Amino acid sequence: MNPLKLAWTHLRIGVMNELQYRVNFFIQLLQSVIALSTGLIGLSLVFNQVDNLAGWTRPELLVVMGVHLLMGGIVRSAIQPNMERLMNDIRGGTLDFALTKPADAQALVSVREFRFWQLVDAIVGLIVIGYAVSTLHSHISLLQTISFILALIMGAIMLYCTWLMVTTIAFWVIRVDEIANLFEGLYAAGRWPVSVYPDWLRTGLTFLVPVAFAVTIPAEAMTNRLTTESMLYAFGLTLLFMTLARGIWVIGLRSYSGASA
Amino acid sequence: MKRYIDFYLTLGKISILSQLQYRVANYFYMIGMITEPIIYLVVWSTIANQQGGMAGGYTPGQFAAYYIVWTLVRNMNIVFTPFGWESRIREGTLSMDLMRPIHPIHADIAYFAGWKAVVIVLWLPIAAVLSWIFKPTFDINLQEAIVFFIAIWGAYLIRTMVLTLLGMITFWTTRVSAIFELYFGLELVLSGRLVPMTLMPQWVQTASNYLPFKWTFFFPIEALVGSMTTRELWMGLGMQIFWIVLGASFLNLIWRAAIKQFSAVGG
Repeated sequence: MNPLKLAWTHLRIGVMNELQYRVNFFIQLLQSVIALSTGLIGLSLVFNQVDNLAGWTRPELLVVMGVHLLMGGIVRSAIQPNMERLMNDIRGGTLDFALTKPADAQALVSVREFRFWQLVDAIVGLIVIGYAVSTLHSHISLLQTISFILALIMGAIMLYCTWLMVTTIAFWVIRVDEIANLFEGLYAAGRWPVSVYPDWLRTGLTFLVPVAFAVTIPAEAMTNRLTTESMLYAFGLTLLFMTLARGIWVIGLRSYSGASA
Repeated sequence: MKRYIDFYLTLGKISILSQLQYRVANYFYMIGMITEPIIYLVVWSTIANQQGGMAGGYTPGQFAAYYIVWTLVRNMNIVFTPFGWESRIREGTLSMDLMRPIHPIHADIAYFAGWKAVVIVLWLPIAAVLSWIFKPTFDINLQEAIVFFIAIWGAYLIRTMVLTLLGMITFWTTRVSAIFELYFGLELVLSGRLVPMTLMPQWVQTASNYLPFKWTFFFPIEALVGSMTTRELWMGLGMQIFWIVLGASFLNLIWRAAIKQFSAVGG
């Protein structure tokens, strides 16, 4: 079965399912607003003291915050719910039901869940980016927009691959909830451009959890900092992550012995 | 009184033993938690350096000290959550707790207190590594150390009272996650978790004196890291006692009304 068609069908079911619970929209909206407010307070405290942070001005950091919210919304709506379900399936032995279906198992386990209302975060993020860019007083070219979108897609793919690799560890180690918690903690680092961090932390954030590529590079695209090299670099790394994630998934699957479903 | 002491000691011991079994899980949890203060620390050290070595009266070394102690205080601040109360009530497991001849909150306090003992031991290596990386400047005297040690337990009790009170809301409604998030947002800004309170505008600092948040976070850290006068130190402990007593009284009042709302489903 065509993976795209599979994803689309599950997406539709997910959206219809969530549309039954409309109050959740307002709850999610309130939570997004709270997250945004604390973020803005953090920024204003910084700019009470200085007029730039490691060379990033206030509207530029606002772009970073917007991308962080946007990407966080994408992760929590489309990536994290699938990986949590996968983790539970491996632990409970119910992954059998996915494996016996006539579709690529990796594709199937990656599209089964979709939390529609979490996209509110993504939309709030887009609004923040839009506002920040409008205060930058610089013209956004078509090329910038395209590279922004490409960088976002590559960032999302890398975050997905990282999540998949971490979740796949569940084939060997059963308790991995805390790893998910660790991932969330590290993702929080993306609220600031990675150039702020000391070298060892930046390396970790770039290669272990590609926060740098998921958040900072799209933000660089919007603030005229992106170089062709880092774009190519991101592309190469995306391919590497995809290959690695696939490899670990295939190996991990071999040590799965459900048998209890 | 003796039966309470026995109860606390026994449950505390059980908690220590059971949490010691989950050392790795506890460590992952604690490591996941330290990324937050490291981010704040890096950002504020950068700012302090950009301004010629100081921001809001803190040098990078003092920021390092603040956020390293932060990690312990944050762990001390972990108590039974309002979300936990929601599931206790929704799933009816509270019925069993109510059967016991002792108020359920004692079990929560004793269990989490025992857990804290494990957390403090596990925290020491983390603090050592962080100190090695970030080079904090500490200037501690005995009095500060004593007040700090009392204050982290005071903070633990204040937060237990406040979060249990929040949990009481779930006796009436289960749609509470937004209220909790709002509370945690306020706490983040007003407690000193985000930044030392001295970096806040003056009116926020004044307001925070009259709210419980600061006494659970900024006060214990500052007692150890800052240079408070003897009077300020003991006044701070006094404020902690005030909030604990106030919280406990409110809890007592609301508990009586709340428990009448409870009709177990399952359990």
